[in-house]
Amino acid sequence: MDQKALRKLVESISKTVKSFKKSEVECLIRLFHSLVERDDVRLHNNVLDRNTFRATLHNLFGMTDDMLMKRVFFAFDKNDNCMNVKEWIKGLSVFLRGTFEEKLKFCFKVYYLNSDGYISREEIFDMLKNSLHQQSSEKETDGGIEELVEKMLKKMDYDNDGKISFAVFEKAVKEETLLLEVFGQCLPEAKICLDFEALAFTHPDF
Amino acid sequence: MGVALTKSAQWTTAAGFGTGTLEITPLNEGILKEIIMFVESFIYKHPQEAKYVFVEPLEWKTNLDPSAFESGYVVSATTVKSEEVDKNGQPLLFLSVPQIKIRSFGQLSCLLFIAKDTKLKEAQACIEANRNPVAKILGMDYNTMKEDPSILNILDKITKEDDPESEVKMKMAMLLEELDLHLLNYSLKHASLEIHLNPVTIKKDIELLKHFSGQGEQTVLESIEYTSDYEFSNGCRAPPWRQLHGEICYVLVKPHDVETLCITCCAEGVFLNGGKTDDEGEINYERKGAIYKDLVTFLKHKSAKFSENMSKQVSTRLTEEQQKVKDQPKKAPKKKEADALHKSITSSNKSKLENNQINFGKNQMTKRLEPSVNWKTDVDFKVISVRDTQEKKHGGRPEKSTPPVSPGRAQLVHKNADKTEEIPSESSSESEEDEEPPDHRQEANADLPSEYWQIQKLVKYLKGGNQTATVIALCSMRDFNLAQETCQLAIRDVGGLEVLINLLDTDEVKCKIGSLKILKEISYNPQIRRNIVDLGGLPVMVNILDSPHKILKCLAAETIANVAKFRRARRVVRHHGGITKLVALLDCAQNSTEPAQASLYDERDVEVARCGALALWSCSKSYANKEAIRKAGGIPLLAQLLKTSHENMLIPVVGTLQECASEESYRAAIKAERIIENLVKNLNSENEQLQEHCAMAIYQCAEDEETRDLVRLHGGLKPLASLLNKTDNKERLAAVTGAIWKCSISKENVTKFREYRAIETLVGLLTDQPEEVLVNVVGALGECCQEYENRVLVRKCGGIQPLVNLLVGINQALLVNVTKAVGACAVEPESMVIIDRLDGVRLLWSLLKNPHPDVKASAAWALCPCIQNAKDAGEMVRSFVGGLELVVNLLKSDNKEVLASVCAVITNIAKDQENLAVITDHGVVPLLSKLANTNNDKLRQHLAEAISRCCMWGRNKVAFGEHKAVAPLVRYLKSNDTNVHRATAQALYQLSEDANNCITMHENGAVKLLLDMVGSPDQDLQEAAAGCISNIRRLALATEKARYP
Repeated sequence: MDQKALRKLVESISKTVKSFKKSEVECLIRLFHSLVERDDVRLHNNVLDRNTFRATLHNLFGMTDDMLMKRVFFAFDKNDNCMNVKEWIKGLSVFLRGTFEEKLKFCFKVYYLNSDGYISREEIFDMLKNSLHQQSSEKETDGGIEELVEKMLKKMDYDNDGKISFAVFEKAVKEETLLLEVFGQCLPEAKICLDFEALAFTHPDF
Repeated sequence: MGVALTKSAQWTTAAGFGTGTLEITPLNEGILKEIIMFVESFIYKHPQEAKYVFVEPLEWKTNLDPSAFESGYVVSATTVKSEEVDKNGQPLLFLSVPQIKIRSFGQLSCLLFIAKDTKLKEAQACIEANRNPVAKILGMDYNTMKEDPSILNILDKITKEDDPESEVKMKMAMLLEELDLHLLNYSLKHASLEIHLNPVTIKKDIELLKHFSGQGEQTVLESIEYTSDYEFSNGCRAPPWRQLHGEICYVLVKPHDVETLCITCCAEGVFLNGGKTDDEGEINYERKGAIYKDLVTFLKHKSAKFSENMSKQVSTRLTEEQQKVKDQPKKAPKKKEADALHKSITSSNKSKLENNQINFGKNQMTKRLEPSVNWKTDVDFKVISVRDTQEKKHGGRPEKSTPPVSPGRAQLVHKNADKTEEIPSESSSESEEDEEPPDHRQEANADLPSEYWQIQKLVKYLKGGNQTATVIALCSMRDFNLAQETCQLAIRDVGGLEVLINLLDTDEVKCKIGSLKILKEISYNPQIRRNIVDLGGLPVMVNILDSPHKILKCLAAETIANVAKFRRARRVVRHHGGITKLVALLDCAQNSTEPAQASLYDERDVEVARCGALALWSCSKSYANKEAIRKAGGIPLLAQLLKTSHENMLIPVVGTLQECASEESYRAAIKAERIIENLVKNLNSENEQLQEHCAMAIYQCAEDEETRDLVRLHGGLKPLASLLNKTDNKERLAAVTGAIWKCSISKENVTKFREYRAIETLVGLLTDQPEEVLVNVVGALGECCQEYENRVLVRKCGGIQPLVNLLVGINQALLVNVTKAVGACAVEPESMVIIDRLDGVRLLWSLLKNPHPDVKASAAWALCPCIQNAKDAGEMVRSFVGGLELVVNLLKSDNKEVLASVCAVITNIAKDQENLAVITDHGVVPLLSKLANTNNDKLRQHLAEAISRCCMWGRNKVAFGEHKAVAPLVRYLKSNDTNVHRATAQALYQLSEDANNCITMHENGAVKLLLDMVGSPDQDLQEAAAGCISNIRRLALATEKARYP
């Protein structure tokens, strides 16, 4: 990538993403390219596809749940099923430097997939599907999950419509921060973020 | 019934089997009547069992005429057959005059009904002819005449057989056992009424006690055994030549709290004999103690533990048993199993039944806990596992020889009690006021609230879920009211504590946070605290204090603050390096330089420090922790935190300081770190708790003079004085008055207090206050009254009356202070009049009998000014009957302060010639002389003064010499204390009027020492020294004159 184009890209991204220094943005762009290039997958004008992104989330951010990683991808990505460098850096800014509000929004976005603005009962069930170790029977496990879903709905669904709106989600999380990632991990852990920053910003070519 | 018949009934021939007849004694008659009642009621109480056909018929010679039989019987001239027949068509009753055969209880009942007036005779004949009825009824397998009458043999047999009849047979066996037990109790009760003991009653007693003996706290005795295994045919075990004296047997008893007792049981009663001689096992038959009417009475007198446990268990149990047996027939047969088991535990080989017992407990449990399937299995598992571990623990030793009142429930409770006894046993020294409350596990059968089941489910998800499920479960658990004990105990009882603590060991930050948030709440419960420690929760939490996440540090510290409320916990915290880590939390500056991990869950540094202080506050209640905090550099950090203005920070900080200020090292450090200034500043806070802790810290520190001055210099006296007016919060009032007390030790402070009109307020607080406050108020007044103006003030405010009233209390600390205050007031003659009028002197005098030496001494000091200032003091002192003797005898005390004070009292008493004569008669001179060899200057001074006064009577001067008081007195002159010098010189001056004393003084080098004293600026000392020298000199001259006339 030539320096000029890079600098231009950095400039334009820095305008929208304020939480990174320019040098840091540059590092992240380099990282993006190295990820794109390293993986021997088809390139669409320098975009990251879902599988690569998932591998990245797993390798760099220690996430494990496939289904949630898919959801995280869609939260990073605007609409086109492939992530460009801007989306990448914007997403990382939430991961690494996000304020509470940003993270709150991000998590909610991860949790409502069908983009109707609500987290529905079915979605919750779907997300919690693998949260209990197999009990003696599948039925029992499902019963347990059903109950967990019920508990959370009871806790958050103040208007009793079987789904959770952002306002309600925000209120519940503000009361109990632990509920931020209530339906599964969608943010990297603090320690991993530190490690990532140390790695990415000091060795841009790792 | 077999046992009772063999052992209780009094047979004419002692031999067991054969054709003995029953003696007509009240006991036998009673037993027979009981049996008749049993048999008569049998047919309608147990219709099913009444049909049961005996293995062998009961057969005896009856006096009944066939004509007495009516419907239901086939009657001929000499025979009667019942219409009721067995399977084989044989009649169940067959009478062929005079022989009668009966094969069911139904028929027995009918027979007794037919017999009417002669039923007693019939019963007697039946029992006499059928010496082993149980064997006949149930078959030889159930021969209860055997030495081991345990029902479990029967039970074993019956449960093995599967035929349908066996059930009836078992019930039968149960019923008969019940009857037997009942008869035994009956005869026992009867026997205990008899004054004369016989071998049977003694044997019964011993066997009973054996049942209740063994290892463990619950039993009445450790062991009880005969000295001889051989039992003569008459039931005696004493050798024949001793039987002539009416002796029956000898027993070795080892109670829990006294040595082994060797006891003789004889017809007259029970007494202690000379014991077993070691080598040959021979017994010294001589009586060594009083005769008691029976063994139990004897042991009750000899062993407090026996008496306690006996009354606690045996008596209640016996009556319960009796009660139960009486009630039994009315209840459904279900209950019988319980009783049988119950009985079986008392029997010697109960272990065989262990399995049955467990099953039984289980059945009961499942019956009660039907609502949840999960729960049921869980509890069952638990019962067994607890049982198992317990068995392991106890090994094969005979545990719990006392039967639980009702198996199942009582046992479960008992087990838990046992379990908890085991756990803290590693530290026997644990005995603190805040230590280890008894464990109340939720009884399994109590009505379990719905929270129980819900919490149990959540715990299941905690166990079997991934991080997400765990967090959801933790959050849901927090939605319960965790401040409520039901929920706290529910979490524990469903095994939640273990899981929560395990979560702390994982890497999942969110799980740790959630878990700690719950632990923090439920650890307000004292039982939960202990459980957390038992489960090893503290070391994990201590490790979390190192976490990079501040919120984890905070939560862990807060939880530790809750848990470390008892000593064992505090020790664990220390041993795992928790104190150092907690102290490190206090260092805000340090905390903020650490690489901050931008985390959603983070707290401010101040909050971390606050939580650290909170935990240290709890920990600081143990001495070793105070030291550890100091060594970890905690004091400067606390001092630093004290500069903030956040109340919730200041309270734990000051709380810790106040707790630690009990140590000298802390007081010095508090002074050095300029902490007093901030303490004073915070006295002005609005927060009552903060005020209280500050005042408390000042109270602790103000023992030190410099600190008292610092309090004044920083303007602390005024807020203290004004806080005196707020009397609603008693804790704070106690702390404030304490601070005022200690501060008023300095005169300058007293002047200030008077300025702030604190003394009037203090007087006002002399009534209607709790003792903690009174002690301090009176202490402060005692200090204030050292000054004339304040004494006048106290009198004018009417303070003397309430003070004197307080002399009748029992609180030692209060009495010490009250006597001091009254004594201080008595210096004023005008006040003395009031004290005298209120009979205060008599009250003070009677305090000389107080067991506590501090009170004695303080009362004695207070008496001195009273005697000095009372009108007609001599007369007053004499009016106290026995008072003078009491004072003189106090000279035998071994407490230096008491001795010094009593010497001072004696000095004052001796001013009255008549009283001096009396105390001389009571032997004051030898007692004072005996004290002369002391190095304590205070005692020396007052002793010398007392001796000096006592010399004024009769030949006391000479007597002091004879009792060798003079030489030690001379040595007092080498002391550094001028008060001692003066008093000693005066005493020597008095003593020198006796020639022999002069010689002793001269020999001990008094002259040179006295010559130095003559040069003293103290006039009295000069005079006395000179006078003494002149006496010695005069004697020398006279001797010379005599020698060289």
